[in-house]
Amino acid sequence: MRLIDFLIRWSPLAILALAWEAAPRLGLINPQSLPPLSVVAVSLWQLAASGDLLTNGLQSLWRLVAGLGLAILIGVPLGAAMASNRIVNVIVAPIARALYPMPKSALIPVLLLWLGLGNASKITLIFLGCLLPVLMSAYNGVRGVEPVMLWSARSFGRGPLSVLFGVAVPAAMPELLAGIRSALALSFVLLVSSEFLMARDGLGYLISFLGDGGAYAPMFAAVIVVSSLGFAADRLFLGLMRRMLAWRG
Amino acid sequence: MSQIVFDAVRHGYRTKGRAEMVALSDVNLTVEQGEFVSLLGPSGCGKSTLLYLLGGFVPLQSGRILMEGKPVTGPGPDRGVVFQNFALFPWKTVRQNIAYGLERQGLTAQARTERVQQFIDMVQLRGFEDSFPSQLSGGMRQRVAIARTLAVDPRVLLMDEPFGALDAQTREIMHEELLAIMRRTPMTTIFVTHDVREAVYLSDRVAVMSSRPGRIKEVVTIDLGPRTGPDIMKSAKFNEYVEYLWSQVKTDAVKAMQ
Repeated sequence: MRLIDFLIRWSPLAILALAWEAAPRLGLINPQSLPPLSVVAVSLWQLAASGDLLTNGLQSLWRLVAGLGLAILIGVPLGAAMASNRIVNVIVAPIARALYPMPKSALIPVLLLWLGLGNASKITLIFLGCLLPVLMSAYNGVRGVEPVMLWSARSFGRGPLSVLFGVAVPAAMPELLAGIRSALALSFVLLVSSEFLMARDGLGYLISFLGDGGAYAPMFAAVIVVSSLGFAADRLFLGLMRRMLAWRG
Repeated sequence: MSQIVFDAVRHGYRTKGRAEMVALSDVNLTVEQGEFVSLLGPSGCGKSTLLYLLGGFVPLQSGRILMEGKPVTGPGPDRGVVFQNFALFPWKTVRQNIAYGLERQGLTAQARTERVQQFIDMVQLRGFEDSFPSQLSGGMRQRVAIARTLAVDPRVLLMDEPFGALDAQTREIMHEELLAIMRRTPMTTIFVTHDVREAVYLSDRVAVMSSRPGRIKEVVTIDLGPRTGPDIMKSAKFNEYVEYLWSQVKTDAVKAMQ
């Protein structure tokens, strides 16, 4: 039964794969612009065997983890502090509000100029892009915590920092994790687009390098790898989220 | 020396562009060690505000509040608080919730574990130690909150309509449990409620509050002897108290609805 459910649930994807295979072969689409899926699969295998996929993939993953990790490390305490301290709020809120709607990819040329082609420019871009969604979700989450829960903690003799990080942040966890999840999706967008434009390695670089060279089958293979990584990361995070929020019952 | 003193307490709220709303005006009340005193009044009479002022959650504007001779300046473990909506930590299990208040008390891990178990047993939640609040009924949640508060051994207990969110049957059971706890470990308690019968059934004294501005209208001593069980509610004396207090509260309750 579970197998049948599984097959039914993912059947649209299988149909899409079949269409991808059939359309170029039947001449509905120019095989130059869209090589059949089987050809792409062979390229994927070759790309993996050459080691290019692994080296570039690891490089990209490192940028992603570092950028998003920094955004969480700084965004959560800053957002929580903003929600609970007027002075922090007065200083940070206008900056956060002004920068929130700004498309972070607009910073790519600036970061290229300042930080060059190495890891720093990509990590900074991902960090900046993810910081605000994480910060805002921590801010909104902590602000929404019932005051009596915080009072309760204070009446057990806890100081402001213990109340903030021991009670307010865990209570805000559902909203905070939802914010981190959207930041995770955003981090893939920023990663790939920044590697298109300012990198000498990474999966985004690989895609643009292969595309520029007219090697479309391996280019599609690299696109599939990036998409699968994004999908897997989201699923993994969703699983983690469910475990962390098991208390919601 | 009285354990708790409210002396000429006044409290007002300011909303932008409007005249100050006086929530409490010239409130005087003293509570002796071991007494169970209810603050009874319609919603909006400032009874919860009075409790929050004593709890130290809301800063005092005018007047004095003394706890064992010392002015209240902020929350502290000497005043244990139980809230209407329990204020449990939903990501902590029953055991972890009750242990929370004990974490800063310098107990050994073993002493803490034992004390947590003792209070779990007291509120009859054996078997639910590892449940989360979301998995418990309202009555069970409030028992966890009571155990969490009592476990730190406060000097006084402040209860803000603690059974207001429970259904009638559960509320009656909770009354008996609270009385049983009080018999075993007598403790000064200030109990906020709008339920006249509940106030009479549990209290040594009932302070009737009027609204707009909130003030204490009258303090009635309830002389019903030791509460041996719900049968007492059928006695003539009990119902006289209820009728009298209800007549005192009614005018304000009607006013509050307008």
